[in-house]
Amino acid sequence: MSCAQTFADYALRSIGFGVRALPKTDITLCEQVVLIGSGMVWNAYFAILAVIFGFLFATALAVARASDNIWLRKPSDWYVFLFRGSPLFIQFFFAYELFAQLPRAGIDIPLGFTTITLATSWLTKAWAGALIVLFLNTSAYSSEIFYGALRAVPKGEVEAARAYGMSGFSLFRRITWPTLLRLAWPSYTNEAIFLFHGTTLVFFSGFPAWQQKGDALYYANYFAEKTYNPFISYPIAALYFIIFTILIIALFGAINTRLNRHINPAECPKIKYRPQMIR
Amino acid sequence: MCSDPSLLEGWQWLWCYLSTPKHQQFYASFLVVFAVLIVTAPVTMILGFAGALARRSAFLPLRCFGIVYTSMIRGVPEIIFFLFVPIALDQLVEFIRHRIKCPEITDPIYQGADFVVCMAAKMPLGSSPQWAHGLWGFTLAVIAFSIVYGAFAANTLHGALNAVPQNQLETARAFGMSERQIFRRIHLPQMWTYALPGLSNLWMILIKATPLLFLLGIEDIVYWAKELGGAKTSYFAYPHPDWRLWYFLALLVFYLSLTRVSEVVFKSLTARVSKGQSLLGQATAS
Repeated sequence: MSCAQTFADYALRSIGFGVRALPKTDITLCEQVVLIGSGMVWNAYFAILAVIFGFLFATALAVARASDNIWLRKPSDWYVFLFRGSPLFIQFFFAYELFAQLPRAGIDIPLGFTTITLATSWLTKAWAGALIVLFLNTSAYSSEIFYGALRAVPKGEVEAARAYGMSGFSLFRRITWPTLLRLAWPSYTNEAIFLFHGTTLVFFSGFPAWQQKGDALYYANYFAEKTYNPFISYPIAALYFIIFTILIIALFGAINTRLNRHINPAECPKIKYRPQMIR
Repeated sequence: MCSDPSLLEGWQWLWCYLSTPKHQQFYASFLVVFAVLIVTAPVTMILGFAGALARRSAFLPLRCFGIVYTSMIRGVPEIIFFLFVPIALDQLVEFIRHRIKCPEITDPIYQGADFVVCMAAKMPLGSSPQWAHGLWGFTLAVIAFSIVYGAFAANTLHGALNAVPQNQLETARAFGMSERQIFRRIHLPQMWTYALPGLSNLWMILIKATPLLFLLGIEDIVYWAKELGGAKTSYFAYPHPDWRLWYFLALLVFYLSLTRVSEVVFKSLTARVSKGQSLLGQATAS
């Protein structure tokens, strides 16, 4: 079988298109490269959606943690402690069991004149359940970064804006938030990379890979078990992750440049990937 | 009291249920978590120091090795290493033993979907007791952990060594200290202030990585939580529905308290090592 044929068969296998049966005997290098690459679709899906939604929620959380209102501050503090203090792996297991406990048929919500049935079975699927966990997890870590940056916003900027008559939301949107992002961005890049790497845990925790539709590491593990040779499939997966990580750094670097476009390039804070400072 | 579980009720039932031999194994597996932490942390520090020093070495190949070692965890998820290192090491050891113990067999090692070595090269030997297999698996897991987190530590220590003010070292040089003396008396003691935030973070990462032992086939707390929590039919002495949710809740609480305690300890430690150092951001170094 030619490599082009393999590509046609397996390039989208992870999302259910192409040949159903995975290669079992005489596994070629091409099959491994294509199938593991196809699994990267899931890693990208989880990472992109979780980062986008997590960014919004984390901003709200950071503001809540800096608020004077104890009813906003305390719950968000506890939320961050809960998700930063426990392993993501255990969070996946716990969430899966929690979702699995919900009634299969759905939850009936009586509204008096009619009854709405809330479907619940989709929550036990990886595409939704794992995404929720990743979203909540990255929100907690990102909000810690944003909260630190929020406290580091120079007081003078805010005072000057007040003198101009700005207050409330417009002050936040036009003054505090841009500065906050600028300060937080290098650390936030690290968080995005960590989250991306965390997506590999999904199919090794409670969530089952339905019809063998899994992520890159799921297929790499599959090949390692089938061929009993770890020296080919894991390095392929590692290479994919290195390429994607470089892409993330390039994308976030471009955003960083844009955030600092008014600052002298020589003084612009460089994104330094320091993995130890983040989780 | 617990001789006939079917007669028990309420708290008594729960007490007897929680003290079954299987549950005692579950409690013992919490010790595995601590054992991994206690064994891994020093090895990680040693590898971290080696990595950081290699990166600063004047000898080019050694420096290249240091750079590769400290950068490898940046682009690749650690889970890949956890899956790869134990099985790769296992095969490497068996391959070497195969070459030494049975040189007369020249068949290829990889035969189709099999990894074939002679019986005498198996690690541990097929005839060795169960605990030997467990110990070997545990050793491989600890090595994998140490290699990965050693790279993290090397990053932290390298950064901390660079963060020590240059004029401190220059002053020492002016006093006529040798490079070795400077490193031992000036550079190293001052480095700790800068390294501690990173190291405390690394300790947290290490704690939160311990459930990944489950992926390496070790009977750790995750294994037992899955095993004990699963629904038990009336065939068992203590039948119950699916309770995995509660077992994982217990693990969640365990990890939360562990990280909380570590956080408090590190806070006081940070205050102690930065005593007597004139640093502006003293209060923020946490």
